[in-house]
Parts: sequence; C-alpha cells; structure tokens
Amino acid sequence: MQMEFVFAGFGGQGIMFVGQVLAYAGMDTGLEVTWIPSYGPEMRGGTANCCVVLADRPIGSPVVHYPQVAVAFNNPSFEKYEPAIAPNGLLVYNSSMITLDRTRSDIEYLPVPATVIADELGDMRLTNMVMLGAAISARPTLSLDAVKQALDDHLPSHRRDLLEANFMALERGMACALNPAFTK
Amino acid sequence: MTKQMLKGNIAIAEAAIRAGVEAYFGYPITPQTELLEHMSKRMIELKRVFLQAESEVAAINMVYGAACTGVRVMTSSSSPGFSLMQEGLSYIAGSELPCVVVDVMRGGPGLGNILPSQGDYFQITRSAGHGDYHPIVLAPASVQEAIDLTVLAFELADKYRHIVIVAADGLIGQMMEPAELPPMQAVATERPSWALTGAKDREPNAIASFYLKAEEEEAFNQKIQTTLQKIQKTEQRSTEFYTDDCEILVVGYGTAGRIALSAVQTARDNGMKVGLFRPLTLWPFPEKRLSELADVVGACLVVEMNAGQMVEDVRLATGGQIPVSFYGRMGGVIPMPDEILHEIETHCRQLKNCEGIVTLSERAK
Repeated sequence: MQMEFVFAGFGGQGIMFVGQVLAYAGMDTGLEVTWIPSYGPEMRGGTANCCVVLADRPIGSPVVHYPQVAVAFNNPSFEKYEPAIAPNGLLVYNSSMITLDRTRSDIEYLPVPATVIADELGDMRLTNMVMLGAAISARPTLSLDAVKQALDDHLPSHRRDLLEANFMALERGMACALNPAFTK
Repeated sequence: MTKQMLKGNIAIAEAAIRAGVEAYFGYPITPQTELLEHMSKRMIELKRVFLQAESEVAAINMVYGAACTGVRVMTSSSSPGFSLMQEGLSYIAGSELPCVVVDVMRGGPGLGNILPSQGDYFQITRSAGHGDYHPIVLAPASVQEAIDLTVLAFELADKYRHIVIVAADGLIGQMMEPAELPPMQAVATERPSWALTGAKDREPNAIASFYLKAEEEEAFNQKIQTTLQKIQKTEQRSTEFYTDDCEILVVGYGTAGRIALSAVQTARDNGMKVGLFRPLTLWPFPEKRLSELADVVGACLVVEMNAGQMVEDVRLATGGQIPVSFYGRMGGVIPMPDEILHEIETHCRQLKNCEGIVTLSERAK
C-alpha cells in the first residue's frame, strides 16, 4: 500500500501544517511516512504545496509527480494538479474559491465548500481541516481518530483554544464526502 | 526515545548538538538554512558557541581556528557555499584537524538553483580543496541516517584527526520523516594533547600546514597518506537490499539510492532478480563489498543525481568484470522510480537469464 497526497494552495492557508497533521497521524498509526514542502521559486507568489506519502514499506521518493490524491485550495492549485493526478485518483477542491471547470473523466472530483464551512465555524483558518476531513473520508487511509489525536498532539500551544473547532472542521469535511453531490 | 517527525536539516543540527558539538560557524544558504537556524537557537540555549559569519570563507576559517583548540566543531552549507570553503578545508587537512562539514547539495554549476542534486560528488570525494587528501564522506538517504551519520562523523573526525563531510542533498534537508534522536552526550572536558590550549605549565604546541622544505612536506604527505590508507581499510560502509540472489545490481547513494530502492522493490514484485547496493561512505568508497558482488551479478546500473560521477568509482571497483551502465538526472531534477524501473527492465532484457520476463510497461500494453 502506498498513498500519495499533495496539498496545494496560497501561502497562509495552512497547507504545510495540514500535510504535517496527516503525516503525524500516519506515523502514529505505524505507517512509513514522508512529508516534503515545495521550497522552490514557486513558493514566492504562486502556490505553496507539500507532498505526503503514507506506505506500509519504505518510501523511495517523497516527491511525487502523479499523486493519487490532490487537495487544491485555490484556482492555481487546481490548474496545476488536475492534470497530474494518477488515473482513478481523487481531486478534492475548495469549491468556495475554485471556479475552474473539470476537464478529466478518469479521476474523481470532490467539491468541498471549505472556506464557507470554516466561516460558519467562526474561523477561516479552519479551511485546511475541512479539506483534510473530506480527503480522509473519500480515501479512508487513516481514521478520523488518528487525525484528531495528531492534532491534539501537535497543534501549537498558542492555538490550543482552536482544538475543538478543528475537530468540528474535520467532521464537517468528512460529511462532504458522504454528500450525493460527490460525483464519480 | 521515541520517533518524532523531523526535518532533515534540523535533525542533523540536533544530532550534532547531542554528539557534543561545542562550536558552530556558518552562513545561511538554501536548502540548508534551517540547520543554521536551529543551531542559532539551541547553541545559545546550551551556552555553546554559535556564530553567523560574514561569509563561508570566514566560517570555515573560524572552524579551522576552533578545531586547533581541540573542540568538536562544525559548519554547514550548500554547494556554492561549500565551494567557497575549499581553501580553508585544505588548510584544515594540512593541519590534521578534526571537523565536520555538512554539504546539503543543490543544483549547479554556478549559482545553479536550490533543488536537490548530487553534483558535488567529485568535489567532495576527491579532495574538497587543493593538495593530496580525501575527506571522509558520509551519504545519508533518510532523516534517520542523517542523524546517525552526523554522530558517526564526529567520532571519525576525532579518531583520525580528519575532515568528515556529511553529504546530503536538498531533499534530505527539506523532508520530514519519523526518526529517533540519540541521547545527549556530555561535551568533552579534556582536550587532545595536540590542541592549542594556552600552554600553561607545558611546552607550546604548534599547528600549521606549512613545510618550506620539499622533503618535510613529502614526509608530512606520507603521514596523511598512511592515515588515509588506514581509513580506507577500516571505514568502508554500505548497505544492501535483495542482494542474495540478484542478477542485476543497482548502485545509488543518498536520495538517488532510496528512490532506486522503490524501483528495485517493484522490479522484485514483478519477478526480476534485482538488488540494491547503497554506499554510506562515498570516501572511502565501499569497493571491497562491491567487488565481491561483481563476482556474482551479471550487470550493474548506477543511478545518480548528476551526469555520472560515482559511476567511475563503481567501474574501478568492479574492474571491468561486468557491464556498468548509468542513469542520471541533473540540475535539481529527481529521478523517479518509474524511470529507474525502465532502465532496470532494459538491463533485464539484455541479460539472457532474465529472458521471458514480461516487463511492467509491456504488461500495460
């Protein structure tokens, strides 16, 4: 088993952290795991992205060209990763912000109004956890409990007050994957 | 100790701290800056020496000075910065001083870019400066190995009074992986007998890399060569996978080596008898073990993130016994497992004992 996730969005949308939460959850579940950020020139201005690989045997490349799951937070990320996703892969996208049309018939699309949901929960910064909840629900590699535990263990101390809100954001995201609007 | 998610650069810095590094001098450069950043915080907390120099030239000369006093000392940089350190490194080698230098290699030549590369292989294994010497070079392929080899680097540096280079690349530096840090070692309180410590109540020591007379310089060179021969004899290190019955041997180090392992695993899943040999020491090159393997395998494929540098050492070690081919990507491009697998399949077809294997790409058709 090997599952590859790319998280991509604007700097400030919590892209790096959401990838780390998934990586921590993978590690605590006993999987092999790697996390790597984009640190090239694309960080300045365009999309920020990170790649997380979960596997049950040693991971070769932490960098993945054709991920099984891409989680896109904005238009540039959708544009960049939609063509890259492996056949039968999944594109989870923030439908509150992404206005682009789908162009592939060999992947699954999961629209998540993540920014709107985060706003309803009272904090736009929860967008990333809504997206993560949707991704792990549509591709159940790790349990919600494992992700919650990872958040509990690794949320920085100055953000502890947001722990419960983060849990709610994960659950709201998970619910999106159960929505009949999730078309295959 | 339990495993924690650690970024390669930070893991190397913390491993050095726990190995008892007393002084760090450096200058920031991507993709190793987090190493220096971690040092800037932790070394001060621990009341050890951290100094951000005005340049890499200054940093390596500060390392030279500190090494003269017998403390565990290190610096870190990335390819262009490492080039600037070469004069100082040669002086350190010429003074027989221990130090640890981390090179988190990036794309070049020139200013190049900040992406992962192994383009410095020749530079670091051949001399890393003018004159006749080789530094010891260690090549981690994971965050855990980066930690373990950093600790080993200090031990080898002290043991041989020699430069040890930890040769990582941007990918090892930037990635996070679960890894376990070693326990904190106490900083050494005793200084070696040769160290410059103030000469109170003893004859002064002198450290220099300066011999005006040719015969004296030659005698000193012979002394260095004796040390290097000893290192070559006792410190060759490598790791290997699926080599018990392999017919094709893939050879790669660091990032290229770990990515090659993915390709080798897929090839094995597909019935191909392929193994991986991954050098941990680039100098001394693990030629003893590789030459043993050359007696039993049919062909060798070398994978690097450069135009083909270690492949020369592989050819020397295998002595023309088997065909050695090369696959490399340059300029910060990372070779992907499917590309390496394709090369393995090509080899398999060329070897008659692998005939009849249906390759993955053929299966896809």
